[in-house]
Amino acid sequence: MTSAASEPRRFRSPWQLRLEARLEQPAWLNLAVSLGAVAVALVIGGIILAVVGGDPLRAYGFMLRASFGNPGVLSDTLTKATPLILVSLAAVVAFRMRLWNIGAEGQFFMGAFGASAVVLTPLLPEGTSAWITLPAMALAGIAAGAVWGFIPGWLKARFGVNEIISTLMMNYIAVSWNNFFIFAVWSEGGFQMSPQFPREAWLPRLTDLGASVPAFRGLTTHLGLAFGVVAAGLVAWILYRSRWGYEIRLLGDNPRAGRYAGISITRNTILVLMLSGGLAGLAGMSEISGVVHRLQGAISPGYGFTGIIIAWLAKLNPLIVVPVSVIFGALILAGREIQPSGLPMLIQGIILVCLIASDFLLRYRPRLVRRAVEA
Amino acid sequence: MDAITILHAGVASGTVLLFATLGEILAERSGVLNLGLEGMMLIGAMSAFSTALATGNPWLGVLVAMLVAGVLSQVHGVIAIQFQADQVVSGLALTFLGTGLSLVFGEGLSRAGAVSLLPTYSLPGLSAIPLLGPILFEDQSIMVYLGYLLVPAMWYFIYRTRPGLHLRAVGEFPAAADALGIQVARLRYLYVFIGGMFAGLSGATISLAVSPGWFSQLTTSGQGWIAIGLVIFAQWDPIRAAAGSYAFGALRRMILDIQGPTTLLGLRNPFFYNPYWGFFLQMLPYAFTIIVLVIGSREAFRKRLGAPAALGLPYIRGERGL
Repeated sequence: MTSAASEPRRFRSPWQLRLEARLEQPAWLNLAVSLGAVAVALVIGGIILAVVGGDPLRAYGFMLRASFGNPGVLSDTLTKATPLILVSLAAVVAFRMRLWNIGAEGQFFMGAFGASAVVLTPLLPEGTSAWITLPAMALAGIAAGAVWGFIPGWLKARFGVNEIISTLMMNYIAVSWNNFFIFAVWSEGGFQMSPQFPREAWLPRLTDLGASVPAFRGLTTHLGLAFGVVAAGLVAWILYRSRWGYEIRLLGDNPRAGRYAGISITRNTILVLMLSGGLAGLAGMSEISGVVHRLQGAISPGYGFTGIIIAWLAKLNPLIVVPVSVIFGALILAGREIQPSGLPMLIQGIILVCLIASDFLLRYRPRLVRRAVEA
Repeated sequence: MDAITILHAGVASGTVLLFATLGEILAERSGVLNLGLEGMMLIGAMSAFSTALATGNPWLGVLVAMLVAGVLSQVHGVIAIQFQADQVVSGLALTFLGTGLSLVFGEGLSRAGAVSLLPTYSLPGLSAIPLLGPILFEDQSIMVYLGYLLVPAMWYFIYRTRPGLHLRAVGEFPAAADALGIQVARLRYLYVFIGGMFAGLSGATISLAVSPGWFSQLTTSGQGWIAIGLVIFAQWDPIRAAAGSYAFGALRRMILDIQGPTTLLGLRNPFFYNPYWGFFLQMLPYAFTIIVLVIGSREAFRKRLGAPAALGLPYIRGERGL
C-alpha cells in the first residue's frame, strides 16, 4: 500500500490536457481537419526541403505556377488528374469494404497492356473506325485490370490469403509482364517501346477541336477525363444508391452483421476487387490511349499509390475524389521538374501521415481543463 | 556457376529478408502491424550507405541506419498506438514517407562511388564441413553470422523468457496483460522501435554487404513486402522465418545466375538464348510469395494457429476488447 501523502510533493501544472470522446462530428470539422493536416504536411515538407538546401517558398510557388499558371498547364494538370481519378475510385471501392487493394498500380499496367493488345495484335481489321477501336480498347483494359483484381480476390475468398500482400506482389508481376512485351514482342526497332498507335486508337483531345475552337489549340486534356467524372458518378451511385453498394458498405462496417443478413462475403470480395481492378485498368487504357499513344515502360509515376492517398483524403467519397485528384495531378505535374526528384513522393507520404494522425481529432476533442484541487 | 556458389550467395541475400522478417515478427507479436517495412529498409539502406561514405566507417553506417529506421518506425507507433488509427493505412503511409525521405536525402548517392563494406570472414573448422561449410561458413559477411545467432536467440526470447511472455501477452490479450500490470502501450512502442531497428539493419545489410550501393527504390525492390508475406508464412515463429528467408534468398540469387551459362544441366540454357524470358524469371519471387501465403494461410486454418489475436487492434483501456 502506498499512501499519497508520503509521496514527495511535485510541481503540477494546474491545467491538464484531457481528451474527450466526441459524441458527434460537426460537418465543418471534417473539412477543417483535413485542410489543416495538408497544411501541416506542406510545412513539414518545406522544412525538410530547407534542410536539404532548397527554398521551400520558391519551390511551392513554382509548383503552383507550373500546374495552374495558365490554360496550357491547367490542361496538363487535368490530364495528370485523369488516371488519378480512376485509380482513386479503384481504391475507394475496395477500401469501402475494407479490402486493401494496393495493387492499383499493377492493375493500371495490365489495363494499359490489355488496351495495347487490341491495337497491336491483328484483332481488329486495319482501318477499323475509332467508334469501335476505342470501346474495344476500354473494354480490354477494364477486363485485364479486372483479371488482376480477380486473382487476389479469389485467393482471399478461397484461401484467406492476405490481399495487401497479394495485390502488391501482383504489381511487380504486372511490370515484368509488360516489360516482356515491350522488350521482346512489340519492341519497335530494338527500342523498349511499342510502335505508335494509329490515330483511331487515340482518345480525342481538346486540341483536336482546335480548328473550330481556337482557344483549345495545344490543350492535352483528353476524353479520359470524362471517363473519370462519369465513373465517379457511377461509383457514387453504386455505393450509395444500389443494393450492391449497401452490401459493400455493410460488409465494410460490420462483416458479422453482413453475414447474418445473408450477404455473401466470398462473392463480394471477388466482385469488389474485380470492379476495383477494372477501374484501375480503365485508367491504364485512358493513359495509354489519351497521352502516351504507345505501350512503354514508364507510363506511371506511381499513380496507383497516389490513388490510395487521394481516396483517404477524400474520406472514401467518390465525388470528392475528383477535385482532390486535380490537386494531386498538379503535384505530380509540377513535381516532374523539381529537384530533388523524390520530393513529390515525400510530400505525398507526409500528407498521408498527417491525415491519418489527424483522424484522431475527429474522434476526440482535446481540452485544457483545470485540475481538480485535491482535498 | 554451381549450386554451392548460388546457395552461398543465397544465404547472404536471405539474411536481408531474415532481419526484416524477425523485426516484423516482434512488432506483430506485440499487436502492431507495421506495413512500413519497405520504407524503413530503404531509409536504412540509404542512411547506412551515406554514413559509410561520409565517415569511411561501415559500422557507423549500420548504427545510424538502425537508429534512423527506429525513429521512423515511431511515426507509425504514435499513429497506431497513441492515436489508435488504422494500422494498414498508417503502415502504407510510412512506406511512402520512408521512400520519399530516402529518395530526397539519397539524391546523387547512386553516383557516389565505392565505400568500405562490412567485413567477411571464414570460420575456421566449420568451413571445413563438407557441403554445408562452403555454403554457410566460408567468406560470408559478418551480417550473415549475426543472422545465424539471432534466430535461436529470438526463439529463446519469445518462448522461454519472461519479457518474451509479456510480449506475447500484449499481442494476444492486452486487457489481461494490462490487468497484470504490464504496460501495454510502452511495450508496443518498444517493439515497434526494435522492429524498425531490424528493418534498418536489413537495409544496411543490402547497401553495405549483399549488393553494395544505393539504387533508389530498386535497392529493396519489394523485399520489405516479401518479408511481410514471410511473417505470415512463418506463423510468427523465428525458426520458420529463417527457413523462408533463406529459401527466398536462394531463389533470388538463382534468378540472377541462371541466365549466365550457355548450358544448363547439359542442355541448351533457354534463358541464355532467350534473354527476354528473364522477365518471367523476375516474376518468380513475387509469385512465390503469393504461393507461400496460400500455404501459410491453409496451414494456419488447419492447425487453428494464427496471427496474434490483438494484431492490428488498438488497445483502449476500459473498452471491451476482442
